[in-house]
Amino acid sequence: MAKAKTNTEDYLRMYAQMVRIRTFEDNANQLYLSAKMPGLTHMYSGEEAVAVGICEALTDSDRITSTHRGHGHCVAKGAEFGEMFCELLGKEEGYCRGKGGSMHIADQSHGNLGANAIVGGSMGIATGSALRAKLQGSDDVTVCFFGDGATAQGLWYEVMNMAALWKLPVIYACENNGYSEYTKTEEIAAGSITARAEAFGIEAFTVDGQDVLAVNELTQKLVTRARKGEGPFFMELMTYRYHGHHVGDINREYYRSKDEEKDWKENRDPIVRFRSWLVAEGIATEAEIEAMNAEIETDATEAVAYAEAAHYPDVSEVDMHVYAD
Amino acid sequence: MREITLSQAVNEAIAEEMRRDDTVFLMGEDVAEAGTPFKVLSGLVEEFGTERVIDTPISEPGFVGLAVGAAMTGARPIVDLMFGDFIYLVMDQLCNQAAKQHYMSGGKLTVPMVLRTNMGATRRSAAQHSQSLQALVAHIPGLKVAMPSSAYEAKGLLKTAIRDNNPVVIFEDKLMYQDKAPVPEEEYLIPFGEAHVKREGSDITLIATSSMVQVAEKAAEMLAAEGINAEVIDPRTIVPLDEATLLESVKKTSRAIVIDEGHQSYGVTAEIASRLNEKAFYHLDAPVLRMGAMDVPVPFSPVLEDITVPTPEGVVENARKLCAGEMIHAA
Repeated sequence: MAKAKTNTEDYLRMYAQMVRIRTFEDNANQLYLSAKMPGLTHMYSGEEAVAVGICEALTDSDRITSTHRGHGHCVAKGAEFGEMFCELLGKEEGYCRGKGGSMHIADQSHGNLGANAIVGGSMGIATGSALRAKLQGSDDVTVCFFGDGATAQGLWYEVMNMAALWKLPVIYACENNGYSEYTKTEEIAAGSITARAEAFGIEAFTVDGQDVLAVNELTQKLVTRARKGEGPFFMELMTYRYHGHHVGDINREYYRSKDEEKDWKENRDPIVRFRSWLVAEGIATEAEIEAMNAEIETDATEAVAYAEAAHYPDVSEVDMHVYAD
Repeated sequence: MREITLSQAVNEAIAEEMRRDDTVFLMGEDVAEAGTPFKVLSGLVEEFGTERVIDTPISEPGFVGLAVGAAMTGARPIVDLMFGDFIYLVMDQLCNQAAKQHYMSGGKLTVPMVLRTNMGATRRSAAQHSQSLQALVAHIPGLKVAMPSSAYEAKGLLKTAIRDNNPVVIFEDKLMYQDKAPVPEEEYLIPFGEAHVKREGSDITLIATSSMVQVAEKAAEMLAAEGINAEVIDPRTIVPLDEATLLESVKKTSRAIVIDEGHQSYGVTAEIASRLNEKAFYHLDAPVLRMGAMDVPVPFSPVLEDITVPTPEGVVENARKLCAGEMIHAA
């Protein structure tokens, strides 16, 4: 594996963050399956190394924009389980007081400008955040997360053109999980995705999205360069989603095989790979890792119980926050 | 008092606010050296530089999206959308993104941006450069909508819009850019949601927006010669709407015509007329009439185009009938 963060504490935090995402999603899936969660949600499981590798290279004043498959970005950028589960259940103490739900969690205190339920819908917002940074002489960087499906949206080409013209500190992070909703990406994407960014004179990189250290190493370099005004950049992160497009997408053999899913889970899982590396390098023992996993599991269980017992917002809040004062 | 054009009033409002607050910046197509096709923004790039007066590519969804993101992170962008007809191009950024961020985030995120655009037919520009699309955005909770009817309103409303913490869409009538009106030298702001009674009357209320205010005022003069005293009210902002002033007037006059240059069906006139019917029904002596643009795409040929929009003569005819009790059983 590639090397990026260089001390034990950093490595262990990256591992813990990946496990936190997986654990959050396993609990969210259970809430859906047991009909405790209104609506539906989109699981990030399998893509953890992307969110963690990138967000570990950012500070709280750096911004991200997220997607409908956004729980991983939210956790990786520093959000708390309790407020996230409350939001998933539509409770008052949720990040958005229950008004956003799974697809709209925003956590401004950690620089998360929010998930977006329009595919590609936040590409303008991310680029605008970078424009503001440049205008105000701030050195913060904005990372725009989106999936391979969103590369079919025209907005991306409009904003990449402006980002390149004005050298904006934005990094476009395309999580290529091979599927555009229920369709193979190769059926909807002509030519090369990186070449599209390169056509605007934007440096483009492809990286193994299942290798958290490789993702982190590349992101650290690009963030440093973007802070110096050398942006924008484009990263294509090759990854895989373990679940369907959303939690209700159970029977999906018509678009991808169980063998393919099995291969990614058994041979390329980002958490299993990083755990083996931590042990092999003598950074942590199996016992220490098991203890971390158990602690995270307990945190999640407690947060779910807290959220289930939490209050719904008062109905008087329905027309609150339509307009700001 | 000095008189300046609506175009100069807009220019002054932006310059004053950019001097006052360095987070305010301007972006859009040909806003810098060209100063827009209507020359509304001429001179601003000389004072504020290309960093704050930014020429964009012809990418309306793209640059409106950038404005949303800049506004969410601490800037106050003013976006120039060259023609109101291009609103269709930016609907996702305006209605799904800008309008909903504050609500979806439970009040954490704000989008203090202004989208300046225009409206108005009879410029012989045909179906894609002549529309008045204020009803489309007024329908979306989270957006505010201002419709200045003169240079005075244009300046005062725009300054308020720039300081507002919400996305505001301002529609300027492109035929009025060269029209002059008295505008004070000293600073003033016009609060949102405060209608202006332009002319007092006792027989009928003419509620008119933007370009239609001058139509209503002319109609009121013609009606006065016939002994009918019309009250003319300009709501100035349709979101928020100063319902109280409109209701007070209608309760006094017991008759009303609502005039707006957008298409009549499902439009601004329909909304206002409906509120008057719901809240002043027992004070009315006649049905509230709507006068909007005809429900046709705006035609090019002048003889066709001119009959698509309300005229003072048309308003007079309707007012006369309402006051004579001729339209009570019109349906």
